[in-house]
Amino acid sequence: MEDERTFSDICGGRLALQRRYYSPFCREFCLNCPRLSLRSLTAVTCTVWLAAYGLFTLWENSMILSAAISITLLGLLGYLHFVKIDQETLLIIDSLGIQMTSSYASGKESTTFIEMGKVKDVVINEAIYMQKVIYYLCILLKDPVEPHMISQVVPVFQSAKPRLDCLIEVYRSCQEILAHQKATSTSP
Amino acid sequence: MGLVSRGAAAAGLGAASAVVRPGPPDAVPNPVPSPPPGGAARGSSRVPGMVLKAFFPTCCASADSGLLVGRWVPEQSSAVVLAVVHFPFIPIQVKELLAQVQQASRVGMAVLGTWCHRQQEPEESLGHFLEGLGTIFSHEPWLQLCRERGSKFWSCKAIHRQVSAAPDVPSEDQVMLIFYDQRKVLLSQLHPPTVVSDHQDGDTMASTGGLAVVFDTVARSEVLFCSDQYDEGPVRLSHWQSEGVEASVLVELAKRASGPVCLLLACLLSLISAASGCRLWKLWPLPFIRSKLSTCEQLRHRLDHLTLVFSTQKAQSPAQLMRKANMLVSVLLDVALGLMLLSWLHSSNRIGQLADALVPVADHVAEELQHLLQWLMGAPAGLKMNRALDQVLGRFFLYHIHLWISYIHLMSPFIERILWHVGLSACLGLTVALSILSDIIALLTFHIYCFYVYGARLYCLKIYGLSSLWRLFRGKKWNVLRQRVDSCSYNLDQLFIGTLLFTILVFLLPTTALYYLVFTLLRLLVVTVQGLIHLLVDLVNTLPLYSLGLRLCRPYRLAAGVKFRVLEHEVGRPLRLLMQINPLPYSRVVHTYRLPSCGCHPKHSWGSLCRKLFFGELIYPWRQGGDKQD
Repeated sequence: MEDERTFSDICGGRLALQRRYYSPFCREFCLNCPRLSLRSLTAVTCTVWLAAYGLFTLWENSMILSAAISITLLGLLGYLHFVKIDQETLLIIDSLGIQMTSSYASGKESTTFIEMGKVKDVVINEAIYMQKVIYYLCILLKDPVEPHMISQVVPVFQSAKPRLDCLIEVYRSCQEILAHQKATSTSP
Repeated sequence: MGLVSRGAAAAGLGAASAVVRPGPPDAVPNPVPSPPPGGAARGSSRVPGMVLKAFFPTCCASADSGLLVGRWVPEQSSAVVLAVVHFPFIPIQVKELLAQVQQASRVGMAVLGTWCHRQQEPEESLGHFLEGLGTIFSHEPWLQLCRERGSKFWSCKAIHRQVSAAPDVPSEDQVMLIFYDQRKVLLSQLHPPTVVSDHQDGDTMASTGGLAVVFDTVARSEVLFCSDQYDEGPVRLSHWQSEGVEASVLVELAKRASGPVCLLLACLLSLISAASGCRLWKLWPLPFIRSKLSTCEQLRHRLDHLTLVFSTQKAQSPAQLMRKANMLVSVLLDVALGLMLLSWLHSSNRIGQLADALVPVADHVAEELQHLLQWLMGAPAGLKMNRALDQVLGRFFLYHIHLWISYIHLMSPFIERILWHVGLSACLGLTVALSILSDIIALLTFHIYCFYVYGARLYCLKIYGLSSLWRLFRGKKWNVLRQRVDSCSYNLDQLFIGTLLFTILVFLLPTTALYYLVFTLLRLLVVTVQGLIHLLVDLVNTLPLYSLGLRLCRPYRLAAGVKFRVLEHEVGRPLRLLMQINPLPYSRVVHTYRLPSCGCHPKHSWGSLCRKLFFGELIYPWRQGGDKQD
């Protein structure tokens, strides 16, 4: 079962949330972030090249122009490969674990998998971010030494930064699965 | 597999057992259930309501029908399938094989269920036959995996016979299929490595790590993968080896040759270390010189590495094996770079050019220093110096420079030959060549070091004198016993002389401080250059190149974890996942497998360095010994 809804992130950009229910105990949430805008790309490129041209008229060295071109190209490639995240996915499977995937604009994917034995709970936290107060969804991990303490807080959807309404949808689904998991698990 | 021979020979095992072959139910002789050996009915405990996870190797997805063999982990309700046993088989032999494997690998093996590949077995009666097998090999829960013809979706059932409301009706569980690549899981190591408790069953580990159990099970069951379905043994198995094993002739030859080669090299290295450790080297001043030169330190470091690599003991753990491999690759790269440098140096008479350029460069440096001292002796930067002290210090340092230049000119005819012989040492490695370069720089700038020491000592004395006389000026004294400042009453003569001396020292302070500042800056410049060379040497020494290469070419060997992908799904069918290995990021590879360095790192923080500079204490940036002393 698959459906798609539109939400907005904390800056007002459009986000698309795709929910896939593979089975009662396996669900996937995909958040598509807004793409790289042509306007900002053109603005940055023009600024860099105008500055390089200004330096060229000052020093009459053509190396400045080639350096500017290569900096722009390398900078764009680096941005697409290391910084710009296109899609963030959360896959939650009962009795197996929670997997978070970030796909970058160049196609690279980075995945983190947390086993269900280490997950204590999934909660929505409030945080002060610059001048705003935002909500974010995070996974609480158990301390291996003391099962009642929390050793780590792992935030989810860090670059998409959806608003509370989107987070509530994801939170409800996760809690259903976690409740079932707690009912059937052996450890306290 | 479609052949049915009635009254099959029991292969001399006696009348109690019979060969089990597939076929229509009436053709199969009554299977006599043999008493299960102890431990076959394991896994009776399970977690009710938990989804059953079946880890299935991708290589067995196209195998013929048969029995599933593997390990059942009750705490996580997961079944790790290791191989498929094909028909025909004799149940006693299967159980014997499993008992053997269990003893050798200390992993609880059992028959987990049946596997049916409908595309190759057109008879529908196979289903009943397979259910009959459940009575021979009793296992809770009994898995039945079936691959339909013309469909890529599988049907999976897990049947529980014992625990249910009505004892005759078996209850079923939901099954989740997780495919894994057996060869990759066998070869990979998880980071951080989990500690495996060496118990008889090996089941105590299951409660701690979730997926680490799967890796551990596959890694320890190598004994099971020795025989194949194409072998002539009693039991025909299908696992990752059935797809064909790739091997390299060079690797096999290297493995065979490594034994005697290691022995020979280990003897050679022990001879060298015995020679270097003999009493002759302990005569003064040799140990003194040895502790100062960074070349000796680097050579000793390399000798230690080589001894470890070529030691005849096998590596105890995968981490040790990686360390040995990293050291070997580092030494080989070092020697290769050194030979490149050697060939570059000895081509087109570069050594001659270098030697010809060396003496003029030393002359030039000395001239610049003389200009600097003349400048200091005048009115440097408009400051007014104390003329007498200025002249004394300036002339003293100028005489030193004159001595130094005379020595350099004395040595100039021999420099080319010395350089040529020293250049040969580059064949021992680039790091050795760089250490020698660092030592040559230290030797050539020896006069700067001497000036720094003189200036620092003078400045240090002056500062101590000033602080002590300042205390006298205020009527206090340093109490050595109590290590604190106490008040003290001086009589008039002491106060008078003390104040006079204090005034003299204060007015001489700018001159001394300026000389100290200039020579400290020069010394710091030389130290920075040497530091950069040492950094480069450290980089070549500690970078784990073999691990980085492994991460690049065989990323599944170094695993940070796993990742799952949901395969095509149909409503009503069991969920299918593909488990892949998540490789370790490069930064963590370097961090985990970095080799231990020489230990020549500066031990001061910036604060203590500034404090030492202010009080005129000598700085030794590398080790306690520091560079050559005056």
